[in-house]
Amino acid sequence: MSATETVTQRQINRSQMKVSDEVAIEITGMNKWFGTFHVLRDINLTVQRGERIVVCGPSGSGKSTLIRCINRLEEHQKGTIMVDGTELSSDLKNIDKIRSEVGMCFQHFNLFPHLTILENCTLAPIWVRKTPKKEAEATAMQFLEKVKIPEQADKYPGQLSGGQQQRVAIARSLCMKPRIMLFDEPTSALDPEMIKEVLDTMIELAEEGMTMICVTHEMGFAQAVANRVIFMDQGQIVEQNEPKEFFNNPRSERTKLFLSQILGH
Amino acid sequence: MSDTDSEVISFYVREKMLDEQEPPLTERGAIKWLRENLFSSWLNAILTIVSLYVIWSILNGILPWMWSPTWSLGSLSECRDVLAGLGESTHQACWGVIRDRWQQLLFGFYPREAYWRPTLAIVILLAGLAPVLFGNIPRWFMLFSVATPFVLFLLLWGGPIWAPLLVGVGLVLGAVAFRYLVGVNQIVAVLAAILVPIVFWLFLVGPIASGLSRIAPIGLEFIPSKDFGGFMLSVVIGVAAIILSLPLGIMLALGRASDLFIVTKLSVIFIEIIRGVPLIVWLFTASLLLNYFLPPGTSFDLTLRVIIMVTLFSAAYIAEVVRGGLAAVPKGQYEGADSLGLSYWQSMQLIVLPQALKISIPGIVNTFIGLFKDTTLVVFIGLLDPLGLTSAIRASTDWNGIYWELYVFIGVLFFIACYGMGRYSLWLETKLQRENR
Repeated sequence: MSATETVTQRQINRSQMKVSDEVAIEITGMNKWFGTFHVLRDINLTVQRGERIVVCGPSGSGKSTLIRCINRLEEHQKGTIMVDGTELSSDLKNIDKIRSEVGMCFQHFNLFPHLTILENCTLAPIWVRKTPKKEAEATAMQFLEKVKIPEQADKYPGQLSGGQQQRVAIARSLCMKPRIMLFDEPTSALDPEMIKEVLDTMIELAEEGMTMICVTHEMGFAQAVANRVIFMDQGQIVEQNEPKEFFNNPRSERTKLFLSQILGH
Repeated sequence: MSDTDSEVISFYVREKMLDEQEPPLTERGAIKWLRENLFSSWLNAILTIVSLYVIWSILNGILPWMWSPTWSLGSLSECRDVLAGLGESTHQACWGVIRDRWQQLLFGFYPREAYWRPTLAIVILLAGLAPVLFGNIPRWFMLFSVATPFVLFLLLWGGPIWAPLLVGVGLVLGAVAFRYLVGVNQIVAVLAAILVPIVFWLFLVGPIASGLSRIAPIGLEFIPSKDFGGFMLSVVIGVAAIILSLPLGIMLALGRASDLFIVTKLSVIFIEIIRGVPLIVWLFTASLLLNYFLPPGTSFDLTLRVIIMVTLFSAAYIAEVVRGGLAAVPKGQYEGADSLGLSYWQSMQLIVLPQALKISIPGIVNTFIGLFKDTTLVVFIGLLDPLGLTSAIRASTDWNGIYWELYVFIGVLFFIACYGMGRYSLWLETKLQRENR
């Protein structure tokens, strides 16, 4: 838990971390099945702009599926998902619009191996936003500087370490100037030493007031940054609370068991 | 151990440092190479000697046959006389036939005074392919590549300049229609891009072209396809089919991997039917059966029909090769592209296909080599490809009874072309490997 400790030690600047009244995401009565398997059951969740939400839970509890539904990498079968006031339906135009507003980072980075780091970052702005190439490259360099790897811009993803790749993935999403960021276990495939650099980047994002939903097992990160922790089990939201209460005073038996298992060692 | 250690403490100091020495004789140069590669054990030594003997006996059979001073002779009987006069066996090549008929083997019955046209065409073809194949040539040169097919058509078949020009105009019209409608609706734009050129070609090209050629009869002498022959015919069919079948094959592969039920099923049915029937059957279909389906009185160029059939045939194979490549691209790449808001066509064009095609290069080139060699099958429907010409050459009294020399020559031509493609594929693989590492 060394990476987690450093996170908690870090002084976090909360001046810009403000939760506004504006609703960023609203999920009501959402259900999803994989074939006959009921993965998500009656999910209701409202995310305000500026919230930092950590979703945790045992594997197979549907937490990844939940955030993948928000940008339609998975299709839900019942209920509604509203993102920035646009309802997710099978209308391709809406889906592309929402996807360009919602950034996502994956467990395995999913960088494009045949493009350089810079090209990875400028691709979507150029093709989706129709930004001129020069401008897109300037923005990309700015974000690569922010994640502290501007010197790698001309390399290919295969030449970078896992932590660097994940930071590029974050920069790639940021280049689209998203209003919401989704993180799907961003540190699970990384060595302990690299977890810190990625978490630091995520904390900086939070400090700037980004709306974030993170599926992660980094409880230190949750305690330091999140304003709400959601615990999921068997496709349902079992408990949600502010982090201090959630960790110190869990109400549900299932949450207590889960916390004792992940914090016990 | 500790006992001996304490007993046998001997004192040692090196006084003179050793100079670097050469490795022993058996570890150097040719001897090392021989030992490691040919005589590394008794068994390998025996195998080496046996192999050398086999190679020697093969060469011993072939080389004397090839080494035959018959280049300048004008007929098979002359060859036999000369060889008998030299006191050598008559079991030797008679190369005079190549000197006498190489032009025919290359160009068939194409008019002799127009040989410059296919020759220029091959130069233009190579120049037009260069930017596509090697990629580091200035972008404006691409325009030249786009114009190449029309120039080639004009050079090879001749006729007034207007028909190929108007076909090109049709494509431009399609592109313009797509450009203007893509903002309105993608599906409408795609349909327009397909339908506008077809309508233009079917109803407008004919009258406009004949009108224009009456006003301004610019063009080359028309040469009908039936005069095409020899290696040139193989190259025309092969190159046209290769260039047309790659995009078609990619579309079929995307269709097969698509989520749309009808598109998937149609692609599968097309691929399986085309692939499940021998090429020779399709060629017979092209030459005999197709006429029954066309309106009576239409004469549809046989070479063109063959090109279409060979294209469809190899597109089905390409589709399966590319499908393998598509399946090998990790799911995360599709998701990464989706999550950035790229549309289906953008993610295919920018993310998935570059990776899938890179994986498929060996398979694609393999299919193309096969296709190129299969063009010799057109001999069975009466086209004069190089193999067909061998019988034409034998039909003359001078060369009645000559076989091997012609086949060796044709074999060498095909080998050069196919070996070139193979080397290109290797070069491209290493280039892409290096770039992405």
